Amino acid sequence: MTDAKNRIDETVKANDVVLFMKGTKTMPQCGFSSRVAGVLNFMGIEYADVNVLADEGIRQGIKDYSDWPTIPQLYVKGEFVGGCDIITEMTLSGELDTLFQENGVTYDKDAAEKIREANA
Amino acid sequence: MAISIPELEALLHETFPDAKVTITDLAGDGNHYAAEVIDESFRGKNRVQQQRSVYAALKGKMDGAHGELHALALTTKAPE
Repeated sequence: MTDAKNRIDETVKANDVVLFMKGTKTMPQCGFSSRVAGVLNFMGIEYADVNVLADEGIRQGIKDYSDWPTIPQLYVKGEFVGGCDIITEMTLSGELDTLFQENGVTYDKDAAEKIREANA
Repeated sequence: MAISIPELEALLHETFPDAKVTITDLAGDGNHYAAEVIDESFRGKNRVQQQRSVYAALKGKMDGAHGELHALALTTKAPE
């Protein structure tokens, strides 16, 4: 494994929830990253954010790691969950709630319901 | 760099000959699209697996700064 892959592997295994994104969770620099970070922030998820714009090795490495060409990328318990479209669909369908529940990740159920009501 | 809707459809149909493909140009700039792909081969696969195969069909067109597509909002499913 390359250095970047090692670092990615360590990060996704050391944190229950990790978002690889453009920018940071408090200052996203792309609309797609912003949307996913916004959902996680609103649902009160404790997660690690990795700014791929700050590290070219990670930026390319994460695409190879997951065999997925776009960013953002969400990982829960070391497993790749999806990018912006999949996370949006899973948020609205309630599948994201289920995933967090099954993995023992604390989240704000009322906030999740509010997102669904606002997008119904 | 940009790519046209017919080019995009042709690429997808190479891999998914029988798929129902619907493409929308979101920004009118040939660079931000939404694509819905409905194909029998998606049955029994999760979304990540389905969309990975769509990205593979696009053969590197999504590859970051050198790619022709900046954004492709994907929806994939098996026929009802």
